[in-house]
Amino acid sequence: MAWASSASCVVYSVGMTSARAGDPARAGVRRSLTGWGRTAASVADVFTVDDDEQVAMLVGSAGRRGVLARGLGRSYGDAAQNAGGLVLDMTARRAILQVDEATGVVEVEAGVSMDQLIRELLPLGWFVPVSPGTRQVTVGGAIAADVHGKNHHRDGSFGAHVQELTLVTGDGRVRRVVAGEPLFWATVGGMGLTGVILRARIRMKCVRTSTLLVDTRRCANLDDVLAQMEDDDRYDYSVAWVDCLARGAALGRSVLTRGRFATVDELPAPRRDHPLTFTSRTRLAAPPGWPNGLLNRYSVGAFNEAWFRKAPRARMGQPQSVGAFFHPLDGVAGWNRIYGSSGFLQYQVLVPLDSPDAIRQVVASFSSNGLASFLSVLKRMGSGNPGYLSFPRPGWTLTLDIPAGDPATGMLLDRLDEKILEVGGRSYFAKDSRMTARSAHAMYPRLSEWREVRDRFDPNGVFTSDLARRVQL
Amino acid sequence: MQNVQRVVVIGGTSAIALATVREWMSQRPGLQVVLAARPTPARADVANELRGEGAVVSEHDLELTDPTLARAQIETVFAGGPDIDVVLVAAGVLGDQEAAWTDVDAALRMTDINYRGAVLVGVLAGRRLREQGHGAMVLLSSVAGERVRRSNFAYGASKAGADGFYLGLGEALRGDGVHVLVVRPGFVRSPMTEGLPSPPLSQDPSQVARAVIDGLAHGRRIAWSPPAMRWVMAGLRHLPYPLFRRLPV
Repeated sequence: MAWASSASCVVYSVGMTSARAGDPARAGVRRSLTGWGRTAASVADVFTVDDDEQVAMLVGSAGRRGVLARGLGRSYGDAAQNAGGLVLDMTARRAILQVDEATGVVEVEAGVSMDQLIRELLPLGWFVPVSPGTRQVTVGGAIAADVHGKNHHRDGSFGAHVQELTLVTGDGRVRRVVAGEPLFWATVGGMGLTGVILRARIRMKCVRTSTLLVDTRRCANLDDVLAQMEDDDRYDYSVAWVDCLARGAALGRSVLTRGRFATVDELPAPRRDHPLTFTSRTRLAAPPGWPNGLLNRYSVGAFNEAWFRKAPRARMGQPQSVGAFFHPLDGVAGWNRIYGSSGFLQYQVLVPLDSPDAIRQVVASFSSNGLASFLSVLKRMGSGNPGYLSFPRPGWTLTLDIPAGDPATGMLLDRLDEKILEVGGRSYFAKDSRMTARSAHAMYPRLSEWREVRDRFDPNGVFTSDLARRVQL
Repeated sequence: MQNVQRVVVIGGTSAIALATVREWMSQRPGLQVVLAARPTPARADVANELRGEGAVVSEHDLELTDPTLARAQIETVFAGGPDIDVVLVAAGVLGDQEAAWTDVDAALRMTDINYRGAVLVGVLAGRRLREQGHGAMVLLSSVAGERVRRSNFAYGASKAGADGFYLGLGEALRGDGVHVLVVRPGFVRSPMTEGLPSPPLSQDPSQVARAVIDGLAHGRRIAWSPPAMRWVMAGLRHLPYPLFRRLPV
């Protein structure tokens, strides 16, 4: 077998029986978990783990319902849940182990968040190579979901910047896996189902300042924004916000924002003395107890109108902070509560570059059904990577947030899934809470190759999740 | 409760259960349905109809009037297989209401199916769903259990018992990710009530099916069908006997 002789070396092996197994201080807590969308809760025994031995011991002791690592719980659906089994809370493992200030290569524990990486390394001139829409994701989660950001068209997804992983596999062994090995690419985008990531070595991105220079442009409709995004390659970062409630000639009207990090000379004079300052601040917190149905076509319509009007028709080179440009929602803690107890779902689809019509159909369906998607974003994606289940590929990706609970919405999304499938598109596991096994298998044609690798390192199927059971990975 | 993929129906030929399964299938075809019922031609008909409509159906024998056998049969239903999203407890008999309090066999048959059977399923399904860490149980109770009345008190009492057991079960399983919904329909025009006159607020099985699905979607503990029944029963419950006795209910 090709990978039997691969370089994945076993660092050390830990005995399956441990005196600490019965230690009450290390006992799990039976707890209800959901994703960020707060739908489909399930109960698992949650262990907050702090050392490698404990992780290996728990993996070895997992019963029929299996085990799964969980980070900050920002995947929207059921990817970080394992009903009836074990869930390892990795967020206590947040040491930045090594920083090479010359090359920007860092070795970190899997529970380190993007927020922590940015806070500690941006002042040194190193930024995360890929930033999703929130800083509240762990490195382990970013690898498992192979997250992408506004720079995907140029820099690819997170996995492309990982050099090496340390992984506890299904046999309880701790392995070092270097980029390129089958186990590496099965883990990047593998949704945590190949093992528990303990540590990763990542190449950070060199920046001179913590300020972005942003060009903003209003686009009258979907054709306009698609055409504008053709020259995305001139920018490091690009994304468009789409008004999915606009109709007729304004269907898909958008605000396109694109930018790059400024150089020191481009900063306003007073800021040149401290070009790399960064403050990670949460200004507001959404209190609990929001009613259902608050985000409806009228409230979202009004918001969209204001958002569109507030954006300048065309403005060049506006300086923006990292937080304002990359993570606008991080300013409000617990914003997912505004959807009320029914929760919400995020629908993210990707279609090939030559099929923008499928995007148009999705936008038109939402518009004509009055489905209020607060915050819809469109992005032109660049090349994919060898990750078997990695989501990104060249194409257009559209992301929509929708209140959950209405069966009609589910039926509409099922129909849209068929359209997406017809053009060879796919949905994103990290966002999904509803796709069928049949669609998932058709959308990820390399699933069987991935399973071969997974089965080799986890022959007993120790690693599983609600997502894995639902779509039969 | 979203993404219902696999359901177990106890009393698989129930008209309300069938309507509920169809409602799920109208939202998403390819539902896996486990039908547990007596091995009758009616069960085979239901199974074949559902298969024709796109469901993946498996059939299990269930004889609730034989408690020892029933226990083993229900254990088989809940052993292994993919995760169960919903257990719909729909087995029930109405029968001759006068015989049900004058004849020992008739009275025990009513209790065995409507109460004892429901408890048996509740215990075994509860154990299974608890291990899974998710899932829902739905008991088809009845407004007849809210306040038993002269005309059908044997039926009403058996439903009242099951109703109380499932409400308590829901509380006991709260921390385990298992949700329990008790549905209290009023009069339903179905094979079970064939030949009986339809009172006001009577309904079709499909209306109860919607109450089940709606109740699950909103995480309710009790659902009334039609919803107005809740207020009717709230009134009836407090009527003094001299008055209650005279009502044509």
